[in-house]
Amino acid sequence: MQRKLFRVLALAMIVMSVLAGCGTQGTTTPAEGNQPVATTKPPEAATTQAPASGGGEKVVIRWWHITTAENQKAVWQKLADEYMAAHPNVTIDITVLENEAFKTKLSTVMQSGDPPDIFQSWGGGTMNEYAKAGLLKDITADLDADGGAWRNTFAAGALGVYSYEGKNYGVPWDMGMVGMWYNKALFAQAGVTPPTTWNELLDVVKKLKAAGITPIAVGAGDKWPAAFWWEYLATRMGGSSAFGAAANRTGSFADPAFVDAGKKLQELIALEPFQDGFLGATWGDEATAIGNGKAAMDLMGQWGPGAFADNSADGKGLGENLGWFPFPMVEGGKGDANDAVGGGNGFAIGKNAPPEAIDFVKYLTRAESQAQCAEVGFCIPVVKGGEAGLKDPLMITIQQSLAKAKYFQLYYDQALTPALGSVVNDSVQGIFAGTLTPEQAAQAIEDSAKQELK
Amino acid sequence: MEITATRRTMKSGGNGQAPHRATDSFTIVLFLLPAFVLFTLFVVYPILRSVYFSQFNWNGLGPAVKYVGLDNFKRILTDKIFMTAMKNGLLIVVLSLTLQLPLSLALAIMVGRDLPGRVFFRTVFFMPYVLSEVITGIIWLGLFNAAPERGFINALLVLVGIQPQTFLGNIHQVLACIFAVLTWKYFGLHMLLFMAGLQGIPKELEEAARIDGANGWQVITHVTIPLLASTIRTSVYLSVVGALTQFNLVWIMTRGGPVNASEVMATYMYRYGFVRLWLGYGSAVALVMLVICLIFSIVYLRLVRQPDYLGSY
Repeated sequence: MQRKLFRVLALAMIVMSVLAGCGTQGTTTPAEGNQPVATTKPPEAATTQAPASGGGEKVVIRWWHITTAENQKAVWQKLADEYMAAHPNVTIDITVLENEAFKTKLSTVMQSGDPPDIFQSWGGGTMNEYAKAGLLKDITADLDADGGAWRNTFAAGALGVYSYEGKNYGVPWDMGMVGMWYNKALFAQAGVTPPTTWNELLDVVKKLKAAGITPIAVGAGDKWPAAFWWEYLATRMGGSSAFGAAANRTGSFADPAFVDAGKKLQELIALEPFQDGFLGATWGDEATAIGNGKAAMDLMGQWGPGAFADNSADGKGLGENLGWFPFPMVEGGKGDANDAVGGGNGFAIGKNAPPEAIDFVKYLTRAESQAQCAEVGFCIPVVKGGEAGLKDPLMITIQQSLAKAKYFQLYYDQALTPALGSVVNDSVQGIFAGTLTPEQAAQAIEDSAKQELK
Repeated sequence: MEITATRRTMKSGGNGQAPHRATDSFTIVLFLLPAFVLFTLFVVYPILRSVYFSQFNWNGLGPAVKYVGLDNFKRILTDKIFMTAMKNGLLIVVLSLTLQLPLSLALAIMVGRDLPGRVFFRTVFFMPYVLSEVITGIIWLGLFNAAPERGFINALLVLVGIQPQTFLGNIHQVLACIFAVLTWKYFGLHMLLFMAGLQGIPKELEEAARIDGANGWQVITHVTIPLLASTIRTSVYLSVVGALTQFNLVWIMTRGGPVNASEVMATYMYRYGFVRLWLGYGSAVALVMLVICLIFSIVYLRLVRQPDYLGSY
């Protein structure tokens, strides 16, 4: 009898513990997905579902951004505080994430179909995938309201990056370009000046090497810094048409422009211009080499100077010795010397975003807001009037160079689907390592494009 | 066997055999249930989902609709990079068995003896195993840095007048570097297993061999190692499965690079499944890995015949 009682008790306990296990599982998972980390605000609970009629009903906006530097994220916080003060019914939950952590976390919530209301986006292929899956909110009507009042404040090229099949799913707040950062002191030491053509660049590389200076730093282990070289060469060789044709499948990534880009790149690689261990190096290693004056040139975006300083021994970087020039023109290329490869940052709007979220993004992209982030130096404004905040002469140079570009090429790994972008990066790394010929690299990308871009 | 038999005789006490057997099986079911439910929920069910997703071209957003049948598997088996990953994995397995385990065994025999300072060395040798793989990876990433002013190993090389090496940035050196770190991290664990095994060997046997005129080496090869057989089998099994599923260290140190030179199956799966967001293809890779590990386990158990838990002596 006693034994039986014991068994029943044991069974009950086991069943309960199993159920309890399942129960906890069921409640914690969504909470983890929803609950922003860096917030002291009350949880949203019922409020997100509430239709926002503006009549003082409580609304919570979930905002994920990746601006982690103290002085920079303070700008976002200040803007959010201002907005909340003016709209007492709105609570803005800010989650600040580091770049890679953001990508991982975002892809998780996207797969569970619950995007944040406002989140960091680079536009292009990745954003298009989300739009295709119905995870983003179409804000075309908001941009076009009042005769396009909001739309017209943006530089058209930058805004276009956040549209897919004619509909807008986000807005830019920063747009920059990749160009050549160089160490003026090392250039002077080798007696060279910034080159304007590819052959001149090869010549500069030879002279720097002769002077015992590492000409170029590249983090080919991270792949994308290496891919910039090939993408720029392809843009110079093929002009505005080559990429467009290959991407919409009227052309091919095995076309001469792309193969020739690889061949030009080989000319450079043959000179062994890179720092030791460049194949395994990260972007951080690359920035360290430049920031400490161990290499003379670096093909990198507008965020370069901040990273050079952060990775230098004294935390200051090159200071006055840092210069910038656009990627040289390639002899015989079809492109224009002013064409730019680059990209920027923006905010995409999640499918469940309340109207207040869009209104808040409008607030974030006012000229005054843009000027504030430009002043702190973490954006090159895309809204007219925002450039008033730019103080750094190098940033002004980039902004002016960008304004001259007739054709703007978004980074390939952003413009294409994530999978194809990663094939581009892998293939270019193969050229850098000498394991792929230019033809093989171009063909590998084309093979993948055939599958991805149907 | 013995235990069950004893229990049965203890319980049965002569009368009512049949009802007791029924409650017996009830108890068995009862005690198996929680493990069975958890196992099904968190192991069997995900595997079945992987089998399902592996037949789709799916990026994880929305439902999987592009059915491709077995195409994913065809692609894996014809993909050169996957072959590189397999080759690297097997190379690590072979090196583990031929270098890492003998080294651990030698050290276990050494520190298992009455040598001065053995406690100290035992602790030191075991320390790397206590570190997490991620931390280990980050530490060695720093040590292997290509610039002599930042990488300790290159600084040493320069000190003794050797050219600094690029290590993790070199297609030909990267795998050796990763294997060195794996050995550094895991020889302590195997050493500990061997030491535990050594303690189970009666001193008398070695003494008897010595009295019969065997020298130190003969004692080790003819007495110690044969008696350690079951521990060695466990060690080999852990080592092989660990090598086949290695991910953390490789991903932290090289991400499978440069140009796939240090790719292993798990990094391949992660790269394609989660970086490229081909979740269907990634599922297929995971299944291929599962099958490889399963085949190894079955073949291995067959080869060594009696698994230890059934009593191999």
